[in-house]
Amino acid sequence: MDMQLVFDWAWLPRLSDGLIVTMQLTGACLAGGAALGLLLSLARVYTRGPVYWLASAYVQFFRGTPLLVQLMIIHFGLPTVGIRFEPFISGVVAMGLNTAAYQAEYFRGAIQSVRSGQTLAARSLGMSPLQTVRYIVLPQALRLVIPPWSNELVYMLKYSSIVYMIGVSDLMGVGRTISARSFRFLELFIVVAMMYLAVVLILTFALRWLERRVHVPGLTTTGRRG
Amino acid sequence: MNSDSADHLLRVEDVHKRYGREEVLRGVSFTMERADTKVIIGASGTGKSTLLRCINKLTDPDQGRVWLENQEITGRRAPVNRIRSQMGFVFQDFNLFTHLPALDNVRIGPQRVKGIRRREATTLAQEALATVGLKEKAQSYPAQLSGGQQQRVAIARALAMSPKLMLFDEPTSALDPELIGEVLEVMVKLAKEGMTMLVVSHEMGFARTVADEIIFMEGGVILEQAPPESMFRNPQHKRTGEFLRKISDLYGESE
Ligand SMILES: Nc1ncnc2c1ncn2[C@@H]1O[C@H](COP(=O)(O)OP(=O)(O)OP(=O)(O)O)[C@@H](O)[C@H]1O
Ligand SMILES: [Mg+2]
Repeated sequence: MDMQLVFDWAWLPRLSDGLIVTMQLTGACLAGGAALGLLLSLARVYTRGPVYWLASAYVQFFRGTPLLVQLMIIHFGLPTVGIRFEPFISGVVAMGLNTAAYQAEYFRGAIQSVRSGQTLAARSLGMSPLQTVRYIVLPQALRLVIPPWSNELVYMLKYSSIVYMIGVSDLMGVGRTISARSFRFLELFIVVAMMYLAVVLILTFALRWLERRVHVPGLTTTGRRG
Repeated sequence: MNSDSADHLLRVEDVHKRYGREEVLRGVSFTMERADTKVIIGASGTGKSTLLRCINKLTDPDQGRVWLENQEITGRRAPVNRIRSQMGFVFQDFNLFTHLPALDNVRIGPQRVKGIRRREATTLAQEALATVGLKEKAQSYPAQLSGGQQQRVAIARALAMSPKLMLFDEPTSALDPELIGEVLEVMVKLAKEGMTMLVVSHEMGFARTVADEIIFMEGGVILEQAPPESMFRNPQHKRTGEFLRKISDLYGESE
């Protein structure tokens, strides 16, 4: 038995391609999820009746069921009713729908921590509800949401690795393929792990920088005064 | 439209409001003329804040009508945002926009509500800040200002909309005693310059200096309404006299 750790540099270009797919997948699902999540959160904060209930049911469903099950339903289940996606698209759709539910909750928390008196003040100036949300509530909520949102980004980047199961050649998928041929499981997956970690660290730092960049004195989730 | 409503700057007619079982306003009527200053007093929970909010429709009255000049804000199809933008509102706890520096807090109304171009809105905002004596704090965020300064920015924010009427809901009661004076000073100046002001406040020094009338509310109605001196000297109701003595003890009378 070969006890030496071996890493073949020729793997690197393929692993890098996989990493790019992982990042594209994560980027697409986060962006879509942010748009949908924002709408869901607005529905949960500002509406009542059917719209509120629909949004709440959505959030409950996607937070209450495993992402892997959702992925299986979308990729292997939907073709039964004639809806068929490429593996990459299935991944984006499943992960996007899932992260939307989580992001909706983060946005909702941030929106609700904007002091309600400011909404009254905006209305007293003659702003419409929409203007109030746009000029007063969202600029504050979007700043407050950065920390939880960073966590979501890290989760999604990591959990995107499940898409190898439906045949996407993401970082995990490429690692699996190479290792199955070379039998260098330990070396390969250590390298794969390091690549995930590197991206996670870079993005975490970037978001911390952004958070500081847009920081406003007195604007915190807990400090509700002034 | 009521034929004589146009003669008054503000006309409040038989306003009622209930929260659940509690009838907070039980038919309030009064009018204000241009450049009037009226001060509303009354015990806690008698509906003073509710009345102010019914006037600019931050709260919907259940019944009754309110006109600003000849515009009825309570009308079924009334352009509420537009009428409301002509009434400034100053809150007890300031409610400045946390994410905006003082200048932007003041500018955002003219710019976004009235659609005034940025440069002119900036000039308006600077003038309003100068009026409240805070020109040099234009770039400070609310969290970097004292309570008194925040309240003056809030007054500037309302002023920048060139309102026809200013509503103040206990503008000094959240302030430390040493900061009250600077806010009252601005309000006295506004009153003397001819702003129409409806002020909920128990600062009797202020009332005596500038109020044309004091409105005493009790149990959701106006119990008595009279110029300060005559109300102090000769209250028509026993309750009025008792209440005036009580707040004079609590707040003192000196300016
Ligand atoms: N949004 C609301 N929902 C339910 N009840 C309310 C609401 N706003 C006010 N009330 C009730 O209406 C009554 C009058 O309140 P309001 O704030 O108008 O009194 P106030 O005269 O301004 O008192 P204070 O001097 O304490 O400010 C109070 O009993 C209050 O609890
Ligand atoms: Mg009140």
